[in-house]
Amino acid sequence: MNKKAIKEEQITISINGIKINGSPGQTILEVALENDIFIPHLCYDPRINIQGACRLCLVEIEGFREAVPSCITKISQGLKIKTDTDHIRNLIKLNLELIVSDHPLDCLTCESCGNCELQDLAYLYDIDQNRFRGEVHPKKVFEDNPFIIRDNEKCILCGRCVRICDNLIGANAIGYAGRGFDCEIIPAFEQSLKDTDCIFCGNCISTCPVGALQAKPYLKKARAWETKKIQTTCPYCGVGCQINLHVKNNKIVNITSDVGKNINKGSLCVKGKFGLDFVHDSKRLTSPLKKRDGKFEKISWTNAMGSISSKLKEIIKNHGPDSIGILSSAKCTNEENFLLSRFARATIGTNNIDHCARLCHASTITGLIPTFGSGAMTNSFEDIKDSDAVIVIGSNTTEAHPVISYELINQVIEHNLKLIVIDPRKIPLTKYAYIHLQQKPGTDIAVLLGLMNVIYENDLHDTEYIDKRTENFENFINSFKEYSPEKVEQLSGVIKDDLIEAAKVYGSAKTASIFYSMGITQHTCGTENVISVANLAMMGGNVGKKGGGVNPLRGQNNVQGACDLGALPNVYSGYQYVEDNEIREKFEKEWGKKLPPKKGLTVTEMIDGALSGKIKVLYIMGENPMLSDPDILHVAQGLKNLDLLVVQDIFITETGEFADFILPSACFAEKNGTFTNTDRRIQRVNKALNPPGEAMEDWKIICRLSEKLGYNMGYSSVSEIMDEIAKVTPIYAGINYKRLNASPLQWPCTGKDHPGTDILHAKNFARGKGRFMPVEFSLPAENPDKKYPYILTTGRILYHFHTRTMTGKSEFLNLIAPMALAHINEEDGRDLNIKDGEKIRLETRRGKIEAVAKVDGNIKKGVVFIPFHFAESPANKLTNPVLDPKAKIPEYKACAVSISKV
Amino acid sequence: MTIKTKKINGKELEEIKARNIKGNTLDGKVKKYKVTVHLGTCGIASGADEIKKQVEKEIKEKELKNIIFTTSGCVGFCSREPMLTIKEPDNKMITYYDLDEEKVSVIFKEHLIGGKIAESLNPINSSSELVSFYKYQVSRVLHNRGEINSFRIEDYIAKDGYKALIKALDKSPQEVIEIVKESGLRGRGGAGFPTGIKWEFCKNAKSKTSLKYVVCNGDEGDPGAFMDRNLLESDPHSILEGILIAAYAIGAKKGYIYVRAEYPLAIKTLENAIKQAKGYGLIGEDILDSGFSFDLSIFQGAGAFVCGEETALLKSIESKRGMPVPKPPFPANEGLYGLPTLINNVETFSNVAQIILKGANWFNSMGTDKSKGTKIFALTGAVNNVGLVEVPMGMTLREIIFKVGGGIKENKKFKAVQIGGPSGGCIPEEYLDTPIDYEKVQEVGAIMGSGGMIVLDEDTCMVDFARFFMDFIQDESCGQCVPCRIGTKRMLEILTRITEGNGEEGDIEKLEELGKMIKETSLCGLGKTAPNPVLSTIKYFRKDYEEHIETHKSCKALHRKAKIKKV
Ligand SMILES: Cc1cc2nc3c(=O)[nH]c(=O)nc-3n(C[C@H](O)[C@H](O)[C@H](O)COP(=O)(O)O)c2cc1C
Ligand code: SF4
Ligand code: SF4
Ligand code: SF4
Ligand code: FES
Repeated sequence: MNKKAIKEEQITISINGIKINGSPGQTILEVALENDIFIPHLCYDPRINIQGACRLCLVEIEGFREAVPSCITKISQGLKIKTDTDHIRNLIKLNLELIVSDHPLDCLTCESCGNCELQDLAYLYDIDQNRFRGEVHPKKVFEDNPFIIRDNEKCILCGRCVRICDNLIGANAIGYAGRGFDCEIIPAFEQSLKDTDCIFCGNCISTCPVGALQAKPYLKKARAWETKKIQTTCPYCGVGCQINLHVKNNKIVNITSDVGKNINKGSLCVKGKFGLDFVHDSKRLTSPLKKRDGKFEKISWTNAMGSISSKLKEIIKNHGPDSIGILSSAKCTNEENFLLSRFARATIGTNNIDHCARLCHASTITGLIPTFGSGAMTNSFEDIKDSDAVIVIGSNTTEAHPVISYELINQVIEHNLKLIVIDPRKIPLTKYAYIHLQQKPGTDIAVLLGLMNVIYENDLHDTEYIDKRTENFENFINSFKEYSPEKVEQLSGVIKDDLIEAAKVYGSAKTASIFYSMGITQHTCGTENVISVANLAMMGGNVGKKGGGVNPLRGQNNVQGACDLGALPNVYSGYQYVEDNEIREKFEKEWGKKLPPKKGLTVTEMIDGALSGKIKVLYIMGENPMLSDPDILHVAQGLKNLDLLVVQDIFITETGEFADFILPSACFAEKNGTFTNTDRRIQRVNKALNPPGEAMEDWKIICRLSEKLGYNMGYSSVSEIMDEIAKVTPIYAGINYKRLNASPLQWPCTGKDHPGTDILHAKNFARGKGRFMPVEFSLPAENPDKKYPYILTTGRILYHFHTRTMTGKSEFLNLIAPMALAHINEEDGRDLNIKDGEKIRLETRRGKIEAVAKVDGNIKKGVVFIPFHFAESPANKLTNPVLDPKAKIPEYKACAVSISKV
Repeated sequence: MTIKTKKINGKELEEIKARNIKGNTLDGKVKKYKVTVHLGTCGIASGADEIKKQVEKEIKEKELKNIIFTTSGCVGFCSREPMLTIKEPDNKMITYYDLDEEKVSVIFKEHLIGGKIAESLNPINSSSELVSFYKYQVSRVLHNRGEINSFRIEDYIAKDGYKALIKALDKSPQEVIEIVKESGLRGRGGAGFPTGIKWEFCKNAKSKTSLKYVVCNGDEGDPGAFMDRNLLESDPHSILEGILIAAYAIGAKKGYIYVRAEYPLAIKTLENAIKQAKGYGLIGEDILDSGFSFDLSIFQGAGAFVCGEETALLKSIESKRGMPVPKPPFPANEGLYGLPTLINNVETFSNVAQIILKGANWFNSMGTDKSKGTKIFALTGAVNNVGLVEVPMGMTLREIIFKVGGGIKENKKFKAVQIGGPSGGCIPEEYLDTPIDYEKVQEVGAIMGSGGMIVLDEDTCMVDFARFFMDFIQDESCGQCVPCRIGTKRMLEILTRITEGNGEEGDIEKLEELGKMIKETSLCGLGKTAPNPVLSTIKYFRKDYEEHIETHKSCKALHRKAKIKKV
């Protein structure tokens, strides 16, 4: 419900004689629940449309002859409602007796005991278990998959799981079968869930009111009342779902999320629900390691700190602080990123600090700063419901940001959202797209220019907005004029009529937003891509309003925070330039140290520096450039060339193998702090477990090392770090733990009473006026030729994350997705005589890898896709390290490749 | 059959009519007799196809040139199939029934060649005893039955077909709606919602995409009902014409006729009719040069009773499981694919053309205060004349059973009449003078329903009879809501144990308790009406229940069984 609408129009009803206000469109049940008035309900889930199946939520309304289900009845002015009459109570009780008459009463052994809505209601209504006992649904279990057990004996057929799966997840993996009493819910065609389109998101479990659906990995681990439940933020993607860790004996025994609450409303993806077992993996590092004669051996923290600090001191003395490079981590907390930035700048004295955002979204910053003045997602997740149309370009949302794709799918299915997908692959979202524009990799700008051209030609651009809010439109027009649909079709392969229709949908929507991700940013023309997106959004008058905006989806859980908090070579926290004297002085005063005045090196430059000998030390906190950076052979040579490599991580990663010292750190579940998600939402990370062995929170490691280096940072808790962040960072100025513990805040939050900002550029652009910037279309740096005739593009898959440091350790995830699949088009497969499941070799100018072929019609002819997660098939052996000249982001998304059968 | 493909206009329609009447008129010399074999599903089931072949063979072998031979749908007298009708030049009709090949030879020898009615076969003519079956009926919706070949659009046009469409297209949509409103026509699908008002809702509904739909409900899942099948097989164009007029009135461009796949002949007939209508441009772009365009397709349903419920039916067209959804929103506002959708029953649509052609007053001059026109019933059970009957609203149940139906078989005593199928109730002797009227029928505990009417004699066990319907409902419930899915199951279990002689004290009260709760709290009409057969039999025949429980005797022991037969 739109907050503004509530204020504008109020509906007053009375429930049991008490006057209550609600807003138009709300149901009686929603208003009652909001006001803590009890009405029983078993088929209601706030994430999806009502079904009205359980018939329990009955109320009496004055003037109505019969009882009315409150979940399907909208409120209207003056309704007089009673929830507690004898008649209603009797109906509800009889209904419950019927449900119970077909339910196995084995609460003693049921996994859901203590956490079962039916049990609670039976207790409350004092149900007679035997009055109507008759035929029952026999035991019927579906468990032939790693994650989900369905026992239809316990199913009360509330239909929630089916609606969740159909209307939110869009997987249609389960459905009703049979009629009458024999009606039941089964996996599609009664097969194993593995053979359906189930994506093992576990959201059916999250909605099941009884014990019919269970998470296999968490079975028989603990009774509901034995566990401690700690809410925290999921460590995987940038959505920032809130999860509950259920802990018993310092072990996570279950993972849930509160339905209807928080950004994810209780929905999770397979990684958040089932992929956190890495926390307890036996390979977790438990003590500092030092490499001696090519082998790691355990040493004490004191020794480790002593050796590392003296080595650092020596190198600083001999080669200066700028011979040291520091990589921060998008997986670590805001506080830790801030601290590492302070460590680099104040303790060491260099601005050579960067992190992997460079590899994903640097071009978002270089593209959005000159056009809008701020490089973050302009709008909020909640806005999706206010959009009439959404363009998703270069984002395989379903796999990389699953919970956002749920929202998109739900809006398409239940609320008529028009979705336009622009992607070289038939990504899962295309199933719900109104139009899919399938372009050749690297031709996004042509498509975007084409869209702008059609919008302009059809007079669908928002002239009033353009006049008032933006500048440079007149000069800009020429840049797209020659991109006729015909020409765009030639350049990109997008069918011209589809382009026209898509332009019309976007151009004529009342509010429309654009979501994009690495498909846009990871190109040599990444900055131009982003600028084009920004131009398009401004033409539609869509920036600065609810339901509109330009929304880059950030990949890692805290990539936004790592940028915000200054883990970048040119800015301190809050994007304050290190080269700005006034700002530098502010930080010097706060930190009591002279700070280096010139911006530092980027990740890729540091690697080059390592090769050339300019960089002697890399200090890496929670990153794995050995898999994530382009052309990894080159990276390996660089790492080998270093005098000192220190890696702080939870496992020995591919990068860690090269290290001189590895410091064991605590994972997300073992520390306090905050993450900032992709819609600028700062959320708490809460400690649920003690770290294994001697592993230590990253922030403590940094503090300790700094102290050893003679600079005491003087913090005793993460909350103090946040207070300092607030003090020196205007966009975080209003943030503190007290507020965050109550609810997350979105930056800019400029003061203690500032409510945070859900929509950027609302009145003015951050830079004043939005600036249209002409861009030129250019082909990717490397194009197919005789020797390398195909285009290679890379990306993520649902079941893994980044370099698999975490997901690779998850037993369950790897049952489903154990290896890299190279997706190739069926026609290409035929030409090359490659069949589904066969082993193939991919070769580029930089190297070759092997992978298993997945041959289908989902990818455009001439294009190959491989995920970058797998060390066994390291995609970045193949990718082209050419950089976007402004953002210095490598071109992961397009290079020339050859394919052959092994 | 070759399909004409020439877009016609009003004038050409008249020409087709004239030509066809000429071609079909008997002059006593060159064309002396018109012979029609009635080929409904019921007729074919009793061997009408063989009769047709036999007639063709006889005509060919005897080289008879003075006979116009044709076929038609069923004429309603289902217990007497197969039948054929001979029309003489003076328009006298003689119908032969219970035919076999031998009888056909007799008809040829004595009547078509000999020129004399074959009295030995006791045919139905004005002096026959069986004529009472027809005498008390009114042929309005069924006015073309037996008279036109349902595979020839020209036959329909000759009977003023598509004239109403021309007339409607000359009026504004609102004017058309006003006529339908004034006529007092109410939905024949069961609930009796005023048709004109529904059209108006739908016309005024805002569509998100400017698209609206018309859907014709031909699911007909009641056991024992076959009114709609008969209409679809015998007069498909009257339904198409009604749909077209409705589409014009509400502004729909696309329509579906939902027919259960178990009605193959109805589907074949309808497919042909749509093809022919398209051939003449009566369905398609710019119909009759009016600027109005409309497309119509058939959707074959999987044959679940609940799919007759309108919201479930629409889901089913969307290729989803046929499961009802709560109303509001009503289909008129948010129907197929979320867009405004008019859904009416087959018989409702069949009434429309004549209302437009003959006027609202012609229509509403017949009937009761609130129920106008006629209603078709599938009369079955323990009556002498089983078949499809069309009677004026307001006729009493007694008249239908004892006059049209010819009374109870084997001179047994009447016990009850069940109307409304599984959603309806049983009416005892004392209420037999209740007139056919939506409200009146409901007052005595039944519902008009779509038109099933089962007559029960003294040997019937009412508990077993109620059990039969509960068994049906329990199988057909979509299973989504608790009261209907589990409640009807428990009712069935109780009924079963009573009929098996294992009833317990308190069972009747449990049935009542469950019945009331299911009626009040079920999601859709199926559940809301499912307890009716039980509650009405408890109300009027409580003795039957008590006798079972007290004596612990089964139906078999009491020599009573439910008697239901699908014709
Ligand atoms: C369980 C159930 C079954 C129904 N079956 C039919 C049917 O077979 N045919 C029909 O026309 N209406 C049927 N209806 C009624 C429809 O829902 C709907 O009211 C009707 O098609 C509207 O058309 P009308 O206004 O012309 O009667 C059924 C209703 C229920 C609850
Ligand atoms: S796990 Fe997700 S995709 Fe699979 S059945 Fe459950 S809701 Fe559907
Ligand atoms: S499995 Fe659970 S959520 Fe699904 S219908 Fe059954 S009780 Fe409801
Ligand atoms: S009343 Fe019966 S048929 Fe209707 S929705 Fe409920 S379960 Fe389905
Ligand atoms: S919550 Fe209202 S019917 Fe289930």
